[in-house]
Amino acid sequence: MVFFFDLVIGGLAIGACYALVALAMVIIYKTSEVPNFAQGEMAMISAFVAYALIESYGVGFWTAAGLTLLFALCLGVVLELAFLRPAKNPNILGLIVITLGAEMILYGLAGWKWGANQHPFPVPFSEYGGVTYADVIITEINIWTFVTSLVMMLLLFLFFRYTKLGTAMKAVQQNVFAAKAMGIPTRRILTFTWGLSSVTGAVAGMLIAPIATLDPNMMLDPLLKGFAGAVLGGMTSLPGAALGGYMLGLIENFFGGYVSLEFKSVVAFAVIVLVLCVKPSGLLVRHFERKV
Amino acid sequence: MLETKNIEIYYGKIMVVRGLSLTVADGEIRAILGANGAGKSTTLKTIMGYLDDQPDKGTIWFKGKRIDGMKTEKIVPLGIAFVPEGREVFPELTLRENLMMGAYTRKDREIQGDLDRVFNYFPVLEDRLKQQAGTLSGGEQQMLAIGRALMSRPALMMLDEPSLGLSPILVTEIFNIIRTINADGATILLVEQNARKALSVAHHAFIMETGRIVLEGPPEKLEQDEDVQEFYLGIKKDQSVRGEARYKRKKRWR
Repeated sequence: MVFFFDLVIGGLAIGACYALVALAMVIIYKTSEVPNFAQGEMAMISAFVAYALIESYGVGFWTAAGLTLLFALCLGVVLELAFLRPAKNPNILGLIVITLGAEMILYGLAGWKWGANQHPFPVPFSEYGGVTYADVIITEINIWTFVTSLVMMLLLFLFFRYTKLGTAMKAVQQNVFAAKAMGIPTRRILTFTWGLSSVTGAVAGMLIAPIATLDPNMMLDPLLKGFAGAVLGGMTSLPGAALGGYMLGLIENFFGGYVSLEFKSVVAFAVIVLVLCVKPSGLLVRHFERKV
Repeated sequence: MLETKNIEIYYGKIMVVRGLSLTVADGEIRAILGANGAGKSTTLKTIMGYLDDQPDKGTIWFKGKRIDGMKTEKIVPLGIAFVPEGREVFPELTLRENLMMGAYTRKDREIQGDLDRVFNYFPVLEDRLKQQAGTLSGGEQQMLAIGRALMSRPALMMLDEPSLGLSPILVTEIFNIIRTINADGATILLVEQNARKALSVAHHAFIMETGRIVLEGPPEKLEQDEDVQEFYLGIKKDQSVRGEARYKRKKRWR
């Protein structure tokens, strides 16, 4: 039984990271129907910035984290302005290729600046000690990961639910034409979407870096899993994407624990194939037919 | 209030609007009638600044300010609201959120008064504020779209085919409300295919064909015109012996 709960805790912690990556992807996908494949590298660069701030400049962890989020916001905005906006009458495929290009640039940049070596990401939380309850150890870092991701999701929920800007973002997502008629500056909203997505990704990056190790390849697997989680829950649903991420983390951990560790990564994708056969648009997506 | 001077609009290399000049005076309801493809909707979209680099030639003036070439987000705050063809509500936003988006460009806080005004016109909407707009019927969505446009307190409201796909009773209701909105002070520019209804509310109407205005005037004058009767109102003067038309009337305005 202890083993079971260990798996649950591990699964939830990694699932929280997947969920954040999935949310970051969905935020952009909803506005522009582009799966942003640069998302992982954006998060990786942000994690490296936090690392550099802490290790090279001696900034405290919390200050560094705050500065990193600011950096991530700028990074998202700059990428949108520099790469996506100049494209004239782009189609979706073109935009996807642009995000792949941005991904490679960022990947190369990180490799050049910080090298391919693995760095330990310093966090003020213990990887071993923590709360013990009936022989089940919940490490500090797991708690930290879980709480942070929940807080981030809560903030996103409140933002989209109660602020004018958040509502305007949803409006742009649902109907650009009508949003323009309301006088909503749709291009600026889209740029901001990239910023917000980048911040969400950066939080994920800073949560994943201490669990895995910090190197340019660190987001490769989480990005794919996050993307898969988003597809699982529905690419156009924020709660769906979060749920998909958590489910994926749990399923993967259970499979790894009880069945086979080698096929741990594969099972996630098998589950997705199954879900998509039953409910192709994802678990939590509702569609309104347009009335004529 | 609104004036277009000799505007020409292109879609690629095709000239859709060919030198269109129209004016809308303060406090009026004006209607643009015409068949499909005449360029009516294109004209409205151009006034709203939807089409990049259009109009190709000519100028558009609103309250003495030149607005052609301006972005939509700059035009809306000047006091023009647009109800697009086919409603175009935000399906997954609640009714309240839809209405609040209508007030997006407004900075002041007196939005509640405008909400009440919208509910006054459309009591149906008040009961369903928390519903998602996608769950409404077509007629209710049209009401929501008009209500949403009203939230910006427009001086000029442009409606693109408000009667599209609605039952005759709803059409009458919508047109009655358009008349009330006008009586309460908003100027209205209407694009319609339903000529009879449009002429019944308008103070002045334009008839557009292939990108030009071919006829304009007060509705009484247009209703007397034989071409309008034949092609827009469907009134047939001569009955043939067998009770069916044997020849097609030629339009005389070309």
